[in-house]
Amino acid sequence: MVKVNGELLPVDGKTLSEYLETTSFDIRRIVIERNEEIVSKSAYNDVILQDGDIVEVVSFVGGG
Amino acid sequence: MDDKLIIGGHEFNSRFILGSGKYSLNLIEAAVRDAGAEIITLAVRRANTKEKENILDFIPEGVTLLPNTSGARNAEEAVRIARLARELGCGNFVKVEIMRDAKYLLPDNAETIRATEILAGEGFVVMPYMYPDLNAARDLVNAGAATIMPLAAPIGSNKGLATKEFIQILIDEIDLPIIVDAGIGKPSQACEAMEMGAAAIMANTALATAGNLPLMAAAFRQAVEAGRKAYLSGLGRVLARGSSASDPLTGFLRD
Amino acid sequence: MDNQYFVDSGNLSAEALERKHRLENDPSCRKNHMEYLPGMEEIKSDIREKVISQMNEYSPEKYTAKDVRTALEHDTCSIEDFKALLSPAAAPFLEQMAERARLETGKHFGNTVYVFTPLYIANYCENYCVYCGFNCYNHIKRMKLSMEQIEHEMKIIADSGMEEILILTGESRSQSDVKYIGEACKLARKYFRMVGLEIYPVNTDEYRYLHECGADYVTVFQETYDAEKYETLHLLGHKRVWPYRFDAQERALLGGMRGVAFSALLGLSDFRKDALASALHVYYLQRKYPYAEMSLSCPRLRPILNNDSINPHDVGEKQLCQIICAYRIFLPYVGITVSSRESAEFRNGIVKIAATKVSAGVSTGIGDHESKYSGKESGDAEGDEQFEICDSRSLDRMYKDISEEGLQPVLNDYLYV
Repeated sequence: MVKVNGELLPVDGKTLSEYLETTSFDIRRIVIERNEEIVSKSAYNDVILQDGDIVEVVSFVGGG
Repeated sequence: MDDKLIIGGHEFNSRFILGSGKYSLNLIEAAVRDAGAEIITLAVRRANTKEKENILDFIPEGVTLLPNTSGARNAEEAVRIARLARELGCGNFVKVEIMRDAKYLLPDNAETIRATEILAGEGFVVMPYMYPDLNAARDLVNAGAATIMPLAAPIGSNKGLATKEFIQILIDEIDLPIIVDAGIGKPSQACEAMEMGAAAIMANTALATAGNLPLMAAAFRQAVEAGRKAYLSGLGRVLARGSSASDPLTGFLRD
Repeated sequence: MDNQYFVDSGNLSAEALERKHRLENDPSCRKNHMEYLPGMEEIKSDIREKVISQMNEYSPEKYTAKDVRTALEHDTCSIEDFKALLSPAAAPFLEQMAERARLETGKHFGNTVYVFTPLYIANYCENYCVYCGFNCYNHIKRMKLSMEQIEHEMKIIADSGMEEILILTGESRSQSDVKYIGEACKLARKYFRMVGLEIYPVNTDEYRYLHECGADYVTVFQETYDAEKYETLHLLGHKRVWPYRFDAQERALLGGMRGVAFSALLGLSDFRKDALASALHVYYLQRKYPYAEMSLSCPRLRPILNNDSINPHDVGEKQLCQIICAYRIFLPYVGITVSSRESAEFRNGIVKIAATKVSAGVSTGIGDHESKYSGKESGDAEGDEQFEICDSRSLDRMYKDISEEGLQPVLNDYLYV
């Protein structure tokens, strides 16, 4: 299982790109961190999610 | 008159930095326009798959994005958030804010200095939010900060220049632009800070809680400009500096 | 240039005299005053550029009475305000400036006045500075005290009650080397709570060594911040290297000294510009080294042995008072020292306004404290003086006079750590 934004999902074995296709994230507007390391957009096809990975998908929101 | 605000080598005409929190995305364009803002702050958060709208689509072209590190409780977390923000591809500005205190949201100066040093070393234009302490401000200068952003009062309190005397010391002693951030609740308070010699004002809650946000944005713009002009023109006299000596002090001098 | 400074001694050989005249009259035979000599440390610092660009921009005549009034009305005195206070337009406002200065002095120093004494331990000098009594062409009695003689002098001074001493030498590295000065500092620490140095500028590691020997405060007078004028007055020797001298205080702080003192010798060049540069030298260094103690002196030219025509030119007492008041208003936290070059009346008046430190029991000669303090003749065992002093009051007299003005004399309040 992979923890994505705090939620456990059965996406281990998939590449990041494959996982993202199942979501509605706008890839231009997000950054992905896997186990506290930023994954560059060019690596989305190559990174294969492993069991126990912790993934954060972040974007900008309003703030002061 | 050529009076530019220079931050990390970038020039700005506006001296008002707009926050984007706590109000509708639909109001951002009007707020930016009526405030004349050239810099807008943003926060970095977990992306939500249910939200179809992204704030970046609401910010007019040409406005400099200033991501903050809100949510960070220490230097490492702030650095992590700053790197994520830069990866979002919107420039290298960052407003470092580190709070270990969830009640008053007061910044932790020691951690802020550490984060500033790391991020400046990585090429960020670092704008640290801090409690107005001269020693900490000097450490921030040495750490590579591009500006210093002292708080006027607890964040979101709209209480105005509660730390006035200490902000004045920073203005007098620090060579970087001093940008007053947090606590400014009314245009008159923004104007007063600018009259003192602050380089710019940052406000969010004061606008977000106004009855008419674009109108308040325009009011802040005018207040900041008025204060700046008053500062540049050289303020007039302050009366009553104490009583005069009855005997002349300089009577002993020979020609 | 005017040659009021040049005096020929009959004791110089024909060759020496010829060389002296050549130095005086032919600038091309003098060394480049902006070029470091071998062994002189060059620190990377932006202070000099900041000070000199401000000084070059300054036109004192440009300021008006309105600028002066505005400056006096401001809570914090900006650089522009300070320039107005130093300008001729401020002359009619001297009393108002003095009132403001007294207020600022009171805020930062209360009613205290520090008292110290200088001790000259050698008057050998390798430089030809045309206005100075120690200059190498001036025919005076030269002397360098032995450690026994230094200790003897220190005992006499310490017995008078003095707790702070300023050790001075002529500027001769060969006659008075760093080791010799260091040994004198070690002796001084036995007798005094606070030891200052006014010697030739040295490198950072040498300042560190002298600090370890017990010195804590370094005074270097830039003489004039006008480098071109400086060149025409300091014709020969290591002192001719103007930028090395400029960075001396910063090297002293890098070497661990607690405090540094600054000054121009008023009257050598445009005194308003020199006063501006002196204060900005303090201002910018203080911003860079906020923990350091800083003080300003404000000496005017005085007559020297073999040349009594040397005088302070256009710097009268009123101008001097204006400068000191402007210093105080611009730099409220900085110590201001007024030396025995000035009269007792002037010093009594100025400590009530702005000065925070005065010397007492002063001799600018070598090894003559015993004869000066006790009247006991020492025969030939004395070296001649650097300049004529004006206020010769003893420590007791000074202490009494300061107290009678309602001020509090302080011999030392420094805890050595």
